[in-house]
Amino acid sequence: MKTVADLKALREKLQAEMQVRSDSGTKVVVGMGTCGIAAGAREVMAALLDEIAKRKLQDVHVEQTGCIGMCEKEVLVDVIRPGEDRITYGKVKPSDAAKIIGDHVVNGKIVQELVVGRIERQKK
Amino acid sequence: MMQDTRIRADVLVCGGTACSASGSQEVMKRLREEIAKKGLSEEINVVKTGCHGFCENGPLVIVYPEGTFYVRVKPEDVPEIVEEHLYKGRVVERLLYHEPTTGKSIPTYKEIDFYKKQKRVVLSKCGAINPEKIEEYIALGGYEALGKVLTTMTPEQVIEEVKKSGLRGRGGAGFPTGMKWQFAHGAKGDKKYIICNADEGDPGAFMDRSVLEGDPHAVLEGMAIGAYAIGADEAYMYVRAEYPLAIKRLEIAIDQAEKMGLLGNNIFGSGFNLKIHIKKGAGAFVCGEETALMASIEGRRGMPRPRPPFPANSGLWGKPTNINNVETWANVPQIILKGADWFRSMGTEKSTGTKVFALTGKINHTGLAEVPMGITMREIIFDIGGGIPNGKKFKAVQIGGPSGGCLPESMLDTPVDYDSLTKVGAMMGSGGLVVMDETTCMVDVAKFFLNFTQSESCGKCTPCREGTKRMLEILNRITSGQGTETDLVVLEDLAKTIKVSALCGLGQTAPNPVLSTLKYFRDEYEAHIKEKRCPAGACEKLAQYFITEDCKGCGLCARNCPVHAITGEPKKRHVIDQTMCIKCGTCMQNCPFKAITKK
Repeated sequence: MKTVADLKALREKLQAEMQVRSDSGTKVVVGMGTCGIAAGAREVMAALLDEIAKRKLQDVHVEQTGCIGMCEKEVLVDVIRPGEDRITYGKVKPSDAAKIIGDHVVNGKIVQELVVGRIERQKK
Repeated sequence: MMQDTRIRADVLVCGGTACSASGSQEVMKRLREEIAKKGLSEEINVVKTGCHGFCENGPLVIVYPEGTFYVRVKPEDVPEIVEEHLYKGRVVERLLYHEPTTGKSIPTYKEIDFYKKQKRVVLSKCGAINPEKIEEYIALGGYEALGKVLTTMTPEQVIEEVKKSGLRGRGGAGFPTGMKWQFAHGAKGDKKYIICNADEGDPGAFMDRSVLEGDPHAVLEGMAIGAYAIGADEAYMYVRAEYPLAIKRLEIAIDQAEKMGLLGNNIFGSGFNLKIHIKKGAGAFVCGEETALMASIEGRRGMPRPRPPFPANSGLWGKPTNINNVETWANVPQIILKGADWFRSMGTEKSTGTKVFALTGKINHTGLAEVPMGITMREIIFDIGGGIPNGKKFKAVQIGGPSGGCLPESMLDTPVDYDSLTKVGAMMGSGGLVVMDETTCMVDVAKFFLNFTQSESCGKCTPCREGTKRMLEILNRITSGQGTETDLVVLEDLAKTIKVSALCGLGQTAPNPVLSTLKYFRDEYEAHIKEKRCPAGACEKLAQYFITEDCKGCGLCARNCPVHAITGEPKKRHVIDQTMCIKCGTCMQNCPFKAITKK
């Protein structure tokens, strides 16, 4: 390392690797109850992670959650962009991952045909 | 890079000394195994971090992105965490921290009272990064302060900024850091040295160890900034050999920083060079005193010498030298990056910034707490520390180690800053807080600390060598029921004399525990002397054993008494002859009916 600019460049590169420990950015939550896993939640999550990696998205966290009682609609995936409503997608297949990430997470365009619920943002 | 962004979770395992001692290494191994077994290795990272400060509840495991905080995790809990949380996304409720008063489980870091009321500046990266990877330090802005200093500031500007911040020495005495740097900067000489005093020796203090273990680069960066400011090109890190993990992480940190060109020659192309050496101390308490510490680095016997000359003019090998403590150095990079005004916004006018305290003794949350200066002792002990365990009553808090004093309940609302603490007879010290409850005898506490300083006295000056010995003899007499009222007068007289006549800080402050307990707990001394009674029931030799009505007359106590002080007929209540009893407690241990009490 020779200059301060080198350090800054390195920092930016390294920051991405620690992004998972910050609490900013968009959250993508996958339902991982027994019902979800049986319906293929693991595969959906893997597809989501692949898509995020492919697009080199940094400010996106993939989290898991347990069963929320809409087992019939599994696999359920929630997308929460900062300051926006929580959108729940149902019957998500691995092949939908690219669309959810590309349209909604990146561009903020909700994938209407998959939506099963919407929870309004909590006013602080 | 592809691989990295696919990571969806980081599992942080505390690798500090306390958590390692309670088994965190094994937990980490099991985590890696179980994660691999589930085929999750590609998407979950296991990261070893430094101390989180919540040592009482270790081993700690934190799962991000949720920030779920698991406490007291055992290796056998690991499969459940992996299966339930990492695989299925269900938090393992039973391993969460449960608030002692309400029993409510608290899912994340930020919501725990212990952390909520802290202001973590020095400890901000401890537990959040892997201390053995310089990359994680850099990712959070590491070495940018050094870059800023070397490329945009003159040494004078650096000193001015540190002066303006109001930073004072965190090792105990609280001397203004900027002023110290100014002296060393102004001293004439072509060769100058920087030293980091990591000879943390107060009983119950482990702040510096945790910083070195959890965020070693912050200390190194601070030292590099100080070296630039005073014009030094060589530095020593004086760490006690009892801190093997801290030494190991420092070695790794120095090596990594040198490989990256962040230490060594021509840093950032500025022409500034710095070589940092590690010097292991053999653990003599007096070596925390700066002149003794330098003697020890030079290979001589660790003994203090009179000052002046001060190290700023004639220090290590007679060259101008600047010594600061670990926590002081760790504050420096953030002051440079965020500015003196930011630093001044925390704390009080004369004691700016934060201070890390090690909470030990009779307190619920043993661990590390970093708070803004000026907060009260009561807030630290009760709000952050969670109060006294087992429903016992608070009696005193010992602050500042063997050099500090004991403060009673009535002083708990004293603001914690350098000047207020000195005024009430204690001192900030390095930040060890030992909490005592009603079962602690204050004379015994004074004896404990004096015993410590007495055996650590280097023997060079008479007041410390002879004086502390005489004081200890008096305290021994008092706690064994042989004390007289003259003893109290002599004790106080000796204490005051040693305070003003000893050569170095060790001797000058050694009487503080006695003076402060005499001031606030004189009645306890008097009870020992006049009534031959220890009010707390802690002094063995003043204790009296009695056999209660619950005695079934089994005779076990009489048979086990080594001096045959117990008599009685079979199946009838036995009696202890107080004149013969040597207070060994054997009878009490042997009684199957709990019919023997100690008063």
